[in-house]
Amino acid sequence: MASIDIKNLKKAYGTFSVLHGIDLLIKDGEFIVLVGPSGCGKSTLLRMIAGLEDVSEGEIQIDGLRVNERHPKDRDIAMVFQSYALYPHMTVAENMSYSLRLRRAAKETTARAVSAASQKLGLDPFLERRPKALSGGQRQRVAMGRAIVRQPKAFLFDEPLSNLDARLREQMRAEIKKMHADLKATSIYVTHDQIEAMTLADRIVAMHGGVVQQVGSPLELYDRPANLFVAGFIGSPGMNFLEGRAEDGGLRLRDGSLVVLGALSKDLKGQEVTVGVRPEHVVLHHEGEGMSARVDLIEPTGFGIIVHLQLNGLPIKVFTLDRSALSCGPNIGVTLPAEHLHLFDAQGIRQGA
Amino acid sequence: MRSSLLPTVAHRLAIFAYIIFALFPLFWLLKVSVTPNDLLYSEGVRLWPSQTTFEHYADVLRHSAFPTFFKNSVIVSGSTAIVVTICASLSGYALSRFSFRTKYWIIALMLLTQMFPLVMLVAPIFKILSPLGLTNSLTGLVIVYSAFNVPFATFLMQSFFDGIPKDLEEAAMIDGATRFVAFRQIILPLTLPGIAATLGFVFTAAWSELLFALMLINGNDAATFPVGLLTFVSKFSVDFGQMMAAGILALIPAGFFFLLIQRYLVQGLTAGAVKG
Ligand SMILES: Nc1ncnc2c1ncn2[C@@H]1O[C@H](COP(=O)(O)OP(=O)(O)OP(=O)(O)O)[C@@H](O)[C@H]1O
Ligand SMILES: [Mg+2]
Repeated sequence: MASIDIKNLKKAYGTFSVLHGIDLLIKDGEFIVLVGPSGCGKSTLLRMIAGLEDVSEGEIQIDGLRVNERHPKDRDIAMVFQSYALYPHMTVAENMSYSLRLRRAAKETTARAVSAASQKLGLDPFLERRPKALSGGQRQRVAMGRAIVRQPKAFLFDEPLSNLDARLREQMRAEIKKMHADLKATSIYVTHDQIEAMTLADRIVAMHGGVVQQVGSPLELYDRPANLFVAGFIGSPGMNFLEGRAEDGGLRLRDGSLVVLGALSKDLKGQEVTVGVRPEHVVLHHEGEGMSARVDLIEPTGFGIIVHLQLNGLPIKVFTLDRSALSCGPNIGVTLPAEHLHLFDAQGIRQGA
Repeated sequence: MRSSLLPTVAHRLAIFAYIIFALFPLFWLLKVSVTPNDLLYSEGVRLWPSQTTFEHYADVLRHSAFPTFFKNSVIVSGSTAIVVTICASLSGYALSRFSFRTKYWIIALMLLTQMFPLVMLVAPIFKILSPLGLTNSLTGLVIVYSAFNVPFATFLMQSFFDGIPKDLEEAAMIDGATRFVAFRQIILPLTLPGIAATLGFVFTAAWSELLFALMLINGNDAATFPVGLLTFVSKFSVDFGQMMAAGILALIPAGFFFLLIQRYLVQGLTAGAVKG
């Protein structure tokens, strides 16, 4: 196991700059989840750590040693690809033992490692099969197995579950979490899936446009997003945003109407701000109480209900567990509780606590 | 079911017609090769002679230089196929996987070599090879054939490598392989169909090449079989029976070669590598 220290890491393809100076210290045994929109450089970062892409500038250290110039084979890192990348001409057992055979490990050691991994992953019945005779979920397990037999310094996962159906993802997610609790291996995991990010991570790294936006525990990112990007990216359904000018009674929207909010911080008065509120924090009332909003659409999810509203012409999503929302009229009352508001200045930086 | 009968029948008929068309010259080769000389002109045009004989085969094998031609052709075509396939595997891999500054120049240059009419090049090549003592030698032929086949074979191999996901060798490198080990243990086994196709293509190209063989070789010792066939044409007559018999015999190694590689020509080796 190892710590990974990334210092001012930059990557450019020709003149096209992809990563603009990433700083990140990953502690030994930590589970880091990288999230961010498509094309923000997550895979690039992962591949640079693995040694598959050259470093344009900056430094990567594994266990305190600079590895920039090291060939992937000498970094002792395992990676699970989104495509699984199983060797099609080898059986499952051969796939899993390939790394050990390359190192000329003793036959018994190899056999023991493979059988331990295959038992853990439930692959025993398939050891002699070729990858093409496996289902997607089984292939995914083989890819996992290939990574764990080696006991590497760190695991890299690039969207390993994105090709699986929802049920299987849920199951594998739990298994990865168990595996990590078991092996305590330093892991970096790229995903688009909010739930995977929230459930697996010790810390989440939110990236956007090749820049790290915020690093913190899942709840830190959820409860106190550092900027507008993180606020909008984390959480599903996403946070509601209202833009306007801060005034005494609340927020003066562009169209001149006033949204009544609790006290906004005094030093922001008169400034352009964005107010964010998560859908589950918006409170619904009977018509007449609070501000009046028009009901656009009601989406029951089974677990709860998502109500789409128009508040002074602005779309607002509300998530509620109260099923009476299903039968509400064309208009409804809402309040945005002051203690749940997120305030961002004109540059999109979080203000206040 | 009934509605699809007509297209099926038409489809089969079309294929059948094509096969007849493609195989008819071969059939004629066979027919002439077993027709006794005295019946060749006297029977008119018939699908099969009234009497058959293998005397042409016996003559070709016993009383002509054909076995030498044959041996020469096997050596030249086999060596060319192997040399070209090895070179093309390496260069095709480089073109498929690496990006380097001169890449597009190299590709353009290789395309350019394919555009010259070969006849133009005979004289300069002769000029180059003769001081080196490579005219009238099988080695010289192998070199010339290899040079002319490498560019196309490179593009062929490149397209096969392009079809193999990059993830595979990256996974192998992360597993602890050098790039070359990954190439040899992971990529090459998956490219066997491509290698077989390239071998087959180059072998047949070299097997039937006439122009350079004719120009660079004189005398029977280093002649290949297409040149050898011309020895059956004499000043006053053409010995069609023996020529056709030699032709049939020349088909045997080519056919045998394809029999050997045909199981690798069947695609689908990479199935299961990545999510399908
Ligand atoms: N070889 C390359 N040459 C030029 N640009 C590249 C190359 N590889 C990646 N890029 C660019 O780098 C950026 C980051 O790509 P990357 O694959 O890291 O994104 P990502 O965050 O993993 O996205 P996704 O979530 O879709 O997988 C993209 O804009 C992409 O176009
Ligand atoms: Mg990616």
